[in-house]
Amino acid sequence: MSQSKNYEQEPSSNRLVASMAIAGFISGVIIIAIYLATFNTIKDNKARELRQAVFKVLPNVSYMQKLYFENNTLVIAKSDGMDDDMIFAGYDKQGKFIGYAIQGKGAGFQDTIHLLFGYLPEKQLMTGMAILESRETPGLGDKIFKDMHFVGEFVNHLMKQAIKAVKKGTKSHDYEIDAITGATISSKAVVRLMNAAFNRWSPKLSPLGQEPVFQMSKQTQGSLDSSQIQPESPNIQIGK
Amino acid sequence: MATDASAYEEMLKGLWRENPTFVQVLGMCPMLAVTNSATNALVMGLATLFVLVGSSLLVSSFKRWIPKQVRISLYIIIIATFVTVVDYSLLALVPAIHKELGAFIPLIVANCMILGRQEAFASKHSIKYAVMDAIGMSLGFLIALLALGSVREILGSGSLFNVDLFGANFEPWVIMILPPGGFLTLGLLLLFFNWFTERRKQFLLKVAQADQSVAIVGVKDNG
Repeated sequence: MSQSKNYEQEPSSNRLVASMAIAGFISGVIIIAIYLATFNTIKDNKARELRQAVFKVLPNVSYMQKLYFENNTLVIAKSDGMDDDMIFAGYDKQGKFIGYAIQGKGAGFQDTIHLLFGYLPEKQLMTGMAILESRETPGLGDKIFKDMHFVGEFVNHLMKQAIKAVKKGTKSHDYEIDAITGATISSKAVVRLMNAAFNRWSPKLSPLGQEPVFQMSKQTQGSLDSSQIQPESPNIQIGK
Repeated sequence: MATDASAYEEMLKGLWRENPTFVQVLGMCPMLAVTNSATNALVMGLATLFVLVGSSLLVSSFKRWIPKQVRISLYIIIIATFVTVVDYSLLALVPAIHKELGAFIPLIVANCMILGRQEAFASKHSIKYAVMDAIGMSLGFLIALLALGSVREILGSGSLFNVDLFGANFEPWVIMILPPGGFLTLGLLLLFFNWFTERRKQFLLKVAQADQSVAIVGVKDNG
Protein backbone atom coordinates (compact mmCIF):
# COMPACT_ATOMS: atom_id res chain seq x y z
CA MET A 1 0.00 0.00 0.00
CA SER A 2 2.64 2.43 1.09
CA GLN A 3 4.77 1.34 -1.85
CA SER A 4 2.12 2.24 -4.39
CA LYS A 5 1.73 5.57 -2.68
CA ASN A 6 5.44 6.21 -3.12
CA TYR A 7 5.13 5.41 -6.79
CA GLU A 8 2.31 7.90 -7.06
CA GLN A 9 4.51 10.61 -5.57
CA GLU A 10 7.14 10.09 -8.23
CA PRO A 11 6.59 12.66 -10.97
CA SER A 12 5.44 11.11 -14.24
CA SER A 13 7.97 10.83 -17.02
CA ASN A 14 5.82 13.24 -19.00
CA ARG A 15 6.35 15.85 -16.34
CA LEU A 16 10.11 15.27 -16.32
CA VAL A 17 10.29 15.56 -20.09
CA ALA A 18 8.07 18.63 -20.04
CA SER A 19 10.17 20.45 -17.45
CA MET A 20 13.37 19.72 -19.38
CA ALA A 21 11.76 20.78 -22.65
CA ILE A 22 10.41 24.04 -21.21
CA ALA A 23 13.76 24.88 -19.61
CA GLY A 24 15.57 24.06 -22.83
CA PHE A 25 13.17 26.15 -24.87
CA ILE A 26 13.42 29.22 -22.60
CA SER A 27 17.20 28.86 -22.48
CA GLY A 28 17.33 28.59 -26.26
CA VAL A 29 15.23 31.71 -26.74
CA ILE A 30 17.44 33.69 -24.34
CA ILE A 31 20.66 32.47 -25.96
CA ILE A 32 19.45 33.28 -29.47
CA ALA A 33 18.23 36.69 -28.28
CA ILE A 34 21.60 37.63 -26.77
CA TYR A 35 23.38 36.27 -29.84
CA LEU A 36 21.29 38.45 -32.13
CA ALA A 37 21.52 41.45 -29.82
CA THR A 38 25.32 41.38 -29.74
CA PHE A 39 25.94 40.07 -33.26
CA ASN A 40 26.38 43.42 -34.98
CA THR A 41 28.58 44.91 -32.26
CA ILE A 42 30.85 41.86 -32.30
CA LYS A 43 31.04 41.91 -36.09
CA ASP A 44 31.81 45.64 -36.08
CA ASN A 45 34.49 45.16 -33.43
CA LYS A 46 36.21 42.50 -35.50
CA ALA A 47 35.93 44.49 -38.70
CA ARG A 48 37.30 47.61 -36.99
CA GLU A 49 40.20 45.66 -35.54
CA LEU A 50 41.08 44.26 -38.95
CA ARG A 51 40.66 47.62 -40.64
CA GLN A 52 42.95 49.31 -38.16
CA ALA A 53 45.51 46.53 -38.48
CA VAL A 54 45.46 46.51 -42.27
CA PHE A 55 46.04 50.24 -42.51
CA LYS A 56 48.63 50.16 -39.75
CA VAL A 57 50.90 47.58 -41.39
CA LEU A 58 50.68 49.21 -44.80
CA PRO A 59 51.08 52.97 -44.49
CA ASN A 60 49.98 55.59 -47.05
CA VAL A 61 47.19 53.43 -48.36
CA SER A 62 43.76 54.87 -48.95
CA TYR A 63 41.81 51.68 -49.65
CA MET A 64 42.30 47.94 -49.73
CA GLN A 65 41.06 45.33 -52.15
CA LYS A 66 40.24 41.92 -50.70
CA LEU A 67 41.61 39.15 -52.92
CA TYR A 68 41.61 35.37 -53.07
CA PHE A 69 43.93 33.07 -54.93
CA GLU A 70 41.87 30.71 -57.07
CA ASN A 71 42.71 28.70 -60.19
CA ASN A 72 46.25 30.09 -60.28
CA THR A 73 45.15 33.66 -60.29
CA LEU A 74 44.04 36.36 -57.90
CA VAL A 75 40.31 37.02 -57.84
CA ILE A 76 38.30 39.65 -56.02
CA ALA A 77 36.78 38.43 -52.81
CA LYS A 78 33.20 39.54 -52.69
CA SER A 79 32.45 38.30 -49.18
CA ASP A 80 31.48 40.73 -46.46
CA GLY A 81 33.82 39.50 -43.77
CA MET A 82 37.31 38.22 -43.94
CA ASP A 83 38.90 34.81 -43.73
CA ASP A 84 42.32 33.27 -43.45
CA ASP A 85 42.79 32.73 -47.18
CA MET A 86 42.39 36.36 -48.07
CA ILE A 87 45.10 38.77 -49.05
CA PHE A 88 44.73 42.53 -49.15
CA ALA A 89 46.05 44.74 -51.92
CA GLY A 90 46.54 48.38 -50.93
CA TYR A 91 46.12 51.35 -53.26
CA ASP A 92 46.73 55.04 -52.81
CA LYS A 93 44.27 57.85 -53.52
CA GLN A 94 44.97 57.84 -57.26
CA GLY A 95 44.31 54.10 -57.41
CA LYS A 96 47.98 53.24 -57.76
CA PHE A 97 49.00 49.89 -56.30
CA ILE A 98 51.27 50.14 -53.26
CA GLY A 99 51.60 46.76 -51.60
CA TYR A 100 49.98 43.80 -49.89
CA ALA A 101 48.83 43.02 -46.39
CA ILE A 102 49.44 39.32 -45.84
CA GLN A 103 47.98 37.13 -43.10
CA GLY A 104 49.74 34.39 -41.20
CA LYS A 105 48.16 31.96 -38.79
CA GLY A 106 49.49 29.07 -36.76
CA ALA A 107 50.52 27.70 -33.41
CA GLY A 108 52.10 30.03 -30.88
CA PHE A 109 53.23 29.15 -27.37
CA GLN A 110 49.74 28.64 -25.98
CA ASP A 111 47.22 29.01 -28.75
CA THR A 112 46.88 30.12 -32.33
CA ILE A 113 48.58 33.36 -33.28
CA HIS A 114 46.95 35.26 -36.12
CA LEU A 115 49.05 38.04 -37.56
CA LEU A 116 49.13 40.44 -40.45
CA PHE A 117 52.09 42.11 -42.13
CA GLY A 118 52.50 44.68 -44.87
CA TYR A 119 54.72 43.93 -47.86
CA LEU A 120 55.94 46.11 -50.71
CA PRO A 121 56.83 43.75 -53.57
CA GLU A 122 58.65 46.47 -55.49
CA LYS A 123 61.22 46.99 -52.76
CA GLN A 124 60.90 43.52 -51.19
CA LEU A 125 60.22 45.37 -47.98
CA MET A 126 58.13 44.37 -44.99
CA THR A 127 56.43 47.53 -43.75
CA GLY A 128 55.18 46.42 -40.35
CA MET A 129 53.18 43.79 -38.56
CA ALA A 130 50.19 43.52 -36.27
CA ILE A 131 48.92 40.67 -34.13
CA LEU A 132 45.22 40.12 -34.74
CA GLU A 133 44.71 37.30 -32.32
CA SER A 134 46.86 35.59 -29.73
CA ARG A 135 46.58 34.06 -26.30
CA GLU A 136 50.23 34.18 -25.38
CA THR A 137 51.14 34.40 -21.69
CA PRO A 138 50.18 37.81 -20.31
CA GLY A 139 53.33 39.68 -19.32
CA LEU A 140 55.62 37.47 -21.42
CA GLY A 141 54.33 36.20 -24.74
CA ASP A 142 51.98 39.13 -25.15
CA LYS A 143 55.06 41.28 -25.68
CA ILE A 144 54.86 40.17 -29.32
CA PHE A 145 52.42 43.07 -29.69
CA LYS A 146 53.14 45.11 -26.55
CA ASP A 147 56.93 45.38 -26.89
CA MET A 148 57.44 48.26 -29.30
CA HIS A 149 61.06 47.31 -29.99
CA PHE A 150 59.97 43.88 -31.21
CA VAL A 151 57.09 45.26 -33.28
CA GLY A 152 59.48 47.87 -34.68
CA GLU A 153 61.83 45.15 -35.89
CA PHE A 154 59.40 44.39 -38.70
CA VAL A 155 59.09 47.95 -39.94
CA ASN A 156 61.13 48.36 -43.15
CA HIS A 157 62.60 44.90 -42.90
CA LEU A 158 64.17 43.67 -46.13
CA MET A 159 62.67 40.31 -47.18
CA LYS A 160 65.56 38.99 -49.30
CA GLN A 161 65.61 35.78 -47.26
CA ALA A 162 63.71 34.16 -44.41
CA ILE A 163 63.62 36.14 -41.16
CA LYS A 164 65.40 34.64 -38.20
CA ALA A 165 64.83 35.51 -34.54
CA VAL A 166 68.04 35.59 -32.50
CA LYS A 167 68.77 36.34 -28.87
CA LYS A 168 68.52 40.04 -28.13
CA GLY A 169 71.80 41.79 -28.76
CA THR A 170 73.36 39.08 -30.93
CA LYS A 171 71.95 40.36 -34.21
CA SER A 172 74.65 40.30 -36.90
CA HIS A 173 72.76 40.05 -40.22
CA ASP A 174 70.05 42.08 -41.89
CA TYR A 175 67.62 39.18 -41.94
CA GLU A 176 67.90 38.62 -38.21
CA ILE A 177 65.67 40.29 -35.65
CA ASP A 178 65.89 40.53 -31.85
CA ALA A 179 63.73 37.97 -30.05
CA ILE A 180 61.97 39.05 -26.85
CA THR A 181 63.83 38.12 -23.68
CA GLY A 182 61.67 35.61 -21.82
CA ALA A 183 59.38 35.03 -24.78
CA THR A 184 61.69 33.27 -27.21
CA ILE A 185 59.09 30.70 -28.24
CA SER A 186 56.47 33.34 -28.99
CA SER A 187 58.99 35.46 -30.92
CA LYS A 188 60.14 32.48 -32.95
CA ALA A 189 56.51 31.50 -33.59
CA VAL A 190 55.80 34.97 -34.99
CA VAL A 191 58.81 34.77 -37.29
CA ARG A 192 57.97 31.21 -38.37
CA LEU A 193 54.38 32.21 -39.22
CA MET A 194 55.63 35.20 -41.20
CA ASN A 195 58.09 33.12 -43.20
CA ALA A 196 55.43 30.49 -43.87
CA ALA A 197 52.90 33.09 -44.98
CA PHE A 198 55.51 34.81 -47.12
CA ASN A 199 56.56 31.57 -48.79
CA ARG A 200 52.96 30.68 -49.38
CA TRP A 201 52.04 33.98 -51.00
CA SER A 202 55.11 35.34 -52.74
CA PRO A 203 55.05 32.86 -55.67
CA LYS A 204 51.38 33.63 -56.22
CA LEU A 205 51.75 37.38 -56.35
CA SER A 206 52.58 39.29 -59.48
CA PRO A 207 56.25 39.67 -60.40
CA LEU A 208 58.31 42.38 -58.79
CA GLY A 209 56.94 45.85 -58.99
CA GLN A 210 53.89 44.92 -60.99
CA GLU A 211 50.36 45.64 -60.03
CA PRO A 212 48.31 42.55 -59.10
CA VAL A 213 46.14 41.37 -61.96
CA PHE A 214 42.81 39.92 -61.08
CA GLN A 215 39.99 38.43 -62.99
CA MET A 216 37.45 41.17 -62.68
CA SER A 217 37.47 44.51 -64.41
CA LYS A 218 38.43 47.23 -61.99
CA GLN A 219 35.20 49.15 -62.49
CA THR A 220 34.45 48.88 -58.80
CA GLN A 221 37.60 50.78 -57.95
CA GLY A 222 37.08 53.77 -55.72
CA SER A 223 33.46 53.00 -55.02
CA LEU A 224 32.35 51.58 -51.71
CA ASP A 225 31.62 47.90 -51.97
CA SER A 226 32.01 44.90 -49.75
CA SER A 227 35.12 43.63 -51.51
CA GLN A 228 37.05 46.72 -50.46
CA ILE A 229 38.06 48.05 -47.09
CA GLN A 230 38.13 51.76 -46.44
CA PRO A 231 39.88 53.39 -43.52
CA GLU A 232 37.53 54.22 -40.69
CA SER A 233 37.17 57.95 -41.25
CA PRO A 234 39.45 59.09 -44.08
CA ASN A 235 38.49 62.76 -43.66
CA ILE A 236 39.84 62.98 -40.16
CA GLN A 237 43.00 61.10 -41.09
CA ILE A 238 43.78 63.34 -44.01
CA GLY A 239 42.51 66.59 -42.47
CA LYS A 240 44.59 66.36 -39.33
CA MET B 1 14.33 42.55 12.22
CA ALA B 2 15.70 39.14 12.96
CA THR B 3 15.18 37.90 9.40
CA ASP B 4 17.19 40.76 7.92
CA ALA B 5 20.05 40.09 10.28
CA SER B 6 20.14 36.41 9.34
CA ALA B 7 19.94 37.19 5.61
CA TYR B 8 22.88 39.50 6.12
CA GLU B 9 24.62 36.68 7.95
CA GLU B 10 24.07 34.41 4.92
CA MET B 11 25.96 36.95 2.85
CA LEU B 12 28.77 37.50 5.32
CA LYS B 13 29.60 33.83 5.70
CA GLY B 14 30.77 33.64 2.08
CA LEU B 15 33.29 36.40 2.60
CA TRP B 16 35.31 34.75 5.30
CA ARG B 17 34.00 31.86 7.38
CA GLU B 18 32.90 29.75 4.39
CA ASN B 19 34.95 31.49 1.71
CA PRO B 20 34.53 29.35 -1.44
CA THR B 21 38.25 29.48 -2.24
CA PHE B 22 40.10 29.56 1.06
CA VAL B 23 37.77 27.33 3.07
CA GLN B 24 35.79 25.21 0.61
CA VAL B 25 38.60 25.16 -2.00
CA LEU B 26 36.10 25.19 -4.88
CA GLY B 27 36.38 26.72 -8.33
CA MET B 28 40.12 26.22 -8.58
CA CYS B 29 40.25 26.20 -12.38
CA PRO B 30 39.53 29.91 -12.92
CA MET B 31 41.36 30.68 -9.67
CA LEU B 32 44.63 29.38 -11.08
CA ALA B 33 44.10 30.11 -14.76
CA VAL B 34 42.99 33.72 -15.03
CA THR B 35 44.65 35.35 -12.02
CA ASN B 36 47.82 36.39 -13.85
CA SER B 37 46.62 39.99 -13.71
CA ALA B 38 44.31 41.89 -11.40
CA THR B 39 42.11 43.08 -14.28
CA ASN B 40 41.48 39.53 -15.50
CA ALA B 41 40.72 38.45 -11.95
CA LEU B 42 38.24 41.31 -11.51
CA VAL B 43 36.38 40.59 -14.75
CA MET B 44 36.25 36.86 -14.02
CA GLY B 45 34.97 37.62 -10.50
CA LEU B 46 32.24 39.91 -11.81
CA ALA B 47 31.22 37.40 -14.50
CA THR B 48 30.97 34.68 -11.85
CA LEU B 49 28.98 37.02 -9.60
CA PHE B 50 26.44 37.66 -12.35
CA VAL B 51 26.09 33.96 -13.18
CA LEU B 52 25.86 32.81 -9.56
CA VAL B 53 23.36 35.45 -8.42
CA GLY B 54 21.19 34.94 -11.53
CA SER B 55 21.23 31.16 -11.22
CA SER B 56 20.52 31.18 -7.49
CA LEU B 57 17.62 33.57 -8.02
CA LEU B 58 16.06 31.34 -10.69
CA VAL B 59 16.74 28.03 -8.96
CA SER B 60 15.29 29.33 -5.73
CA SER B 61 12.24 30.83 -7.49
CA PHE B 62 11.44 27.66 -9.42
CA LYS B 63 12.51 25.12 -6.82
CA ARG B 64 8.92 23.94 -6.36
CA TRP B 65 8.61 23.06 -10.05
CA ILE B 66 12.02 21.48 -10.50
CA PRO B 67 11.65 17.68 -10.25
CA LYS B 68 14.58 16.37 -8.27
CA GLN B 69 15.27 13.60 -10.81
CA VAL B 70 16.31 16.12 -13.45
CA ARG B 71 17.48 18.92 -11.16
CA ILE B 72 21.18 18.75 -12.05
CA SER B 73 20.53 19.09 -15.77
CA LEU B 74 18.08 21.91 -15.14
CA TYR B 75 20.62 23.73 -12.97
CA ILE B 76 23.21 23.32 -15.70
CA ILE B 77 20.78 24.65 -18.33
CA ILE B 78 20.12 27.72 -16.16
CA ILE B 79 23.82 28.27 -15.45
CA ALA B 80 24.81 27.73 -19.07
CA THR B 81 22.25 30.28 -20.23
CA PHE B 82 23.67 32.93 -17.92
CA VAL B 83 27.21 32.06 -18.98
CA THR B 84 26.30 32.45 -22.65
CA VAL B 85 24.79 35.85 -21.90
CA VAL B 86 28.01 36.89 -20.13
CA ASP B 87 30.18 35.47 -22.90
CA TYR B 88 28.46 37.40 -25.69
CA SER B 89 28.14 40.58 -23.61
CA LEU B 90 31.86 40.62 -22.80
CA LEU B 91 32.73 39.88 -26.41
CA ALA B 92 30.62 42.84 -27.52
CA LEU B 93 31.54 45.29 -24.75
CA VAL B 94 35.16 44.55 -23.80
CA PRO B 95 36.65 42.47 -26.64
CA ALA B 96 40.22 42.98 -25.39
CA ILE B 97 39.52 41.45 -21.98
CA HIS B 98 37.38 38.72 -23.49
CA LYS B 99 40.37 37.81 -25.62
CA GLU B 100 42.60 37.46 -22.56
CA LEU B 101 40.11 35.41 -20.57
CA GLY B 102 39.55 33.25 -23.62
CA ALA B 103 38.21 29.79 -22.94
CA PHE B 104 37.68 30.44 -19.25
CA ILE B 105 34.44 32.39 -19.64
CA PRO B 106 32.57 29.41 -21.16
CA LEU B 107 34.18 27.24 -18.48
CA ILE B 108 32.26 29.13 -15.77
CA VAL B 109 29.52 26.59 -16.55
CA ALA B 110 31.73 23.95 -15.01
CA ASN B 111 32.69 25.99 -11.95
CA CYS B 112 31.78 23.59 -9.17
CA MET B 113 31.24 26.47 -6.76
CA ILE B 114 28.20 27.63 -8.76
CA LEU B 115 26.53 24.23 -9.14
CA GLY B 116 27.45 23.53 -5.51
CA ARG B 117 25.54 26.59 -4.28
CA GLN B 118 22.43 25.58 -6.26
CA GLU B 119 22.48 22.05 -4.89
CA ALA B 120 23.46 22.93 -1.33
CA PHE B 121 21.67 26.21 -0.77
CA ALA B 122 19.46 27.85 -3.40
CA SER B 123 17.30 24.77 -3.95
CA LYS B 124 16.45 24.63 -0.24
CA HIS B 125 16.02 28.27 0.74
CA SER B 126 13.79 31.21 -0.04
CA ILE B 127 14.68 33.67 -2.79
CA LYS B 128 15.98 36.30 -0.40
CA TYR B 129 18.37 33.97 1.39
CA ALA B 130 19.47 32.33 -1.85
CA VAL B 131 20.36 35.69 -3.40
CA MET B 132 22.17 36.89 -0.28
CA ASP B 133 24.09 33.63 -0.13
CA ALA B 134 24.99 33.93 -3.82
CA ILE B 135 26.17 37.53 -3.40
CA GLY B 136 28.28 36.60 -0.39
CA MET B 137 29.83 33.55 -2.04
CA SER B 138 30.67 35.37 -5.26
CA LEU B 139 32.10 38.33 -3.37
CA GLY B 140 34.23 35.89 -1.40
CA PHE B 141 35.32 34.34 -4.69
CA LEU B 142 36.01 37.80 -6.13
CA ILE B 143 38.13 38.76 -3.11
CA ALA B 144 40.15 35.56 -3.45
CA LEU B 145 40.61 36.09 -7.21
CA LEU B 146 41.69 39.68 -6.64
CA ALA B 147 44.11 38.71 -3.87
CA LEU B 148 45.73 36.11 -6.08
CA GLY B 149 45.67 38.30 -9.19
CA SER B 150 47.15 41.33 -7.41
CA VAL B 151 49.99 39.38 -5.80
CA ARG B 152 50.85 37.69 -9.08
CA GLU B 153 50.66 40.87 -11.14
CA ILE B 154 52.71 42.91 -8.67
CA LEU B 155 55.46 40.30 -8.43
CA GLY B 156 55.28 39.01 -11.98
CA SER B 157 54.83 42.21 -13.97
CA GLY B 158 55.62 44.96 -11.47
CA SER B 159 52.24 46.57 -12.00
CA LEU B 160 48.70 46.55 -10.62
CA PHE B 161 45.65 46.97 -12.89
CA ASN B 162 48.20 47.73 -15.63
CA VAL B 163 49.58 50.70 -13.68
CA ASP B 164 53.36 50.45 -13.46
CA LEU B 165 54.48 50.39 -9.82
CA PHE B 166 58.24 50.14 -9.71
CA GLY B 167 59.57 51.90 -12.78
CA ALA B 168 61.77 50.61 -15.56
CA ASN B 169 64.47 49.04 -13.38
CA PHE B 170 62.13 46.46 -11.89
CA GLU B 171 63.08 42.94 -12.93
CA PRO B 172 59.78 41.00 -13.01
CA TRP B 173 59.61 37.65 -11.30
CA VAL B 174 58.16 36.00 -14.38
CA ILE B 175 57.32 32.65 -12.83
CA MET B 176 54.55 34.37 -10.90
CA ILE B 177 52.46 34.97 -14.02
CA LEU B 178 53.09 31.46 -15.33
CA PRO B 179 50.99 28.53 -14.08
CA PRO B 180 53.49 27.51 -11.33
CA GLY B 181 53.16 31.01 -9.87
CA GLY B 182 49.43 30.41 -9.52
CA PHE B 183 49.98 27.28 -7.47
CA LEU B 184 52.71 28.92 -5.36
CA THR B 185 50.62 31.99 -4.58
CA LEU B 186 47.47 29.98 -3.89
CA GLY B 187 49.40 27.67 -1.56
CA LEU B 188 50.90 30.59 0.34
CA LEU B 189 47.54 32.39 0.59
CA LEU B 190 45.86 29.21 1.89
CA LEU B 191 48.67 28.84 4.41
CA PHE B 192 48.26 32.44 5.53
CA PHE B 193 44.47 32.10 5.70
CA ASN B 194 44.60 28.96 7.82
CA TRP B 195 47.35 30.36 10.04
CA PHE B 196 45.27 33.48 10.63
CA THR B 197 42.09 31.49 11.31
CA GLU B 198 43.97 29.24 13.73
CA ARG B 199 45.46 32.22 15.55
CA ARG B 200 42.05 33.84 15.81
CA LYS B 201 40.63 30.64 17.26
CA GLN B 202 43.45 30.47 19.84
CA PHE B 203 42.89 34.11 20.70
CA LEU B 204 39.14 33.62 21.16
CA LEU B 205 39.85 30.55 23.28
CA LYS B 206 42.20 32.57 25.48
CA VAL B 207 39.65 35.35 25.84
CA ALA B 208 37.02 32.79 26.78
CA GLN B 209 39.36 31.25 29.35
CA ALA B 210 40.21 34.64 30.76
CA ASP B 211 36.51 35.45 30.98
CA GLN B 212 35.91 32.19 32.74
CA SER B 213 38.68 32.76 35.28
CA VAL B 214 37.40 36.28 35.86
CA ALA B 215 33.98 34.80 36.37
CA ILE B 216 35.41 32.22 38.76
CA VAL B 217 37.31 34.90 40.66
CA GLY B 218 34.10 36.91 40.72
CA VAL B 219 32.21 33.93 42.12
CA LYS B 220 34.93 33.40 44.74
CA ASP B 221 34.87 37.05 45.70
CA ASN B 222 31.19 36.92 46.08
CA GLY B 223 31.44 33.75 48.04
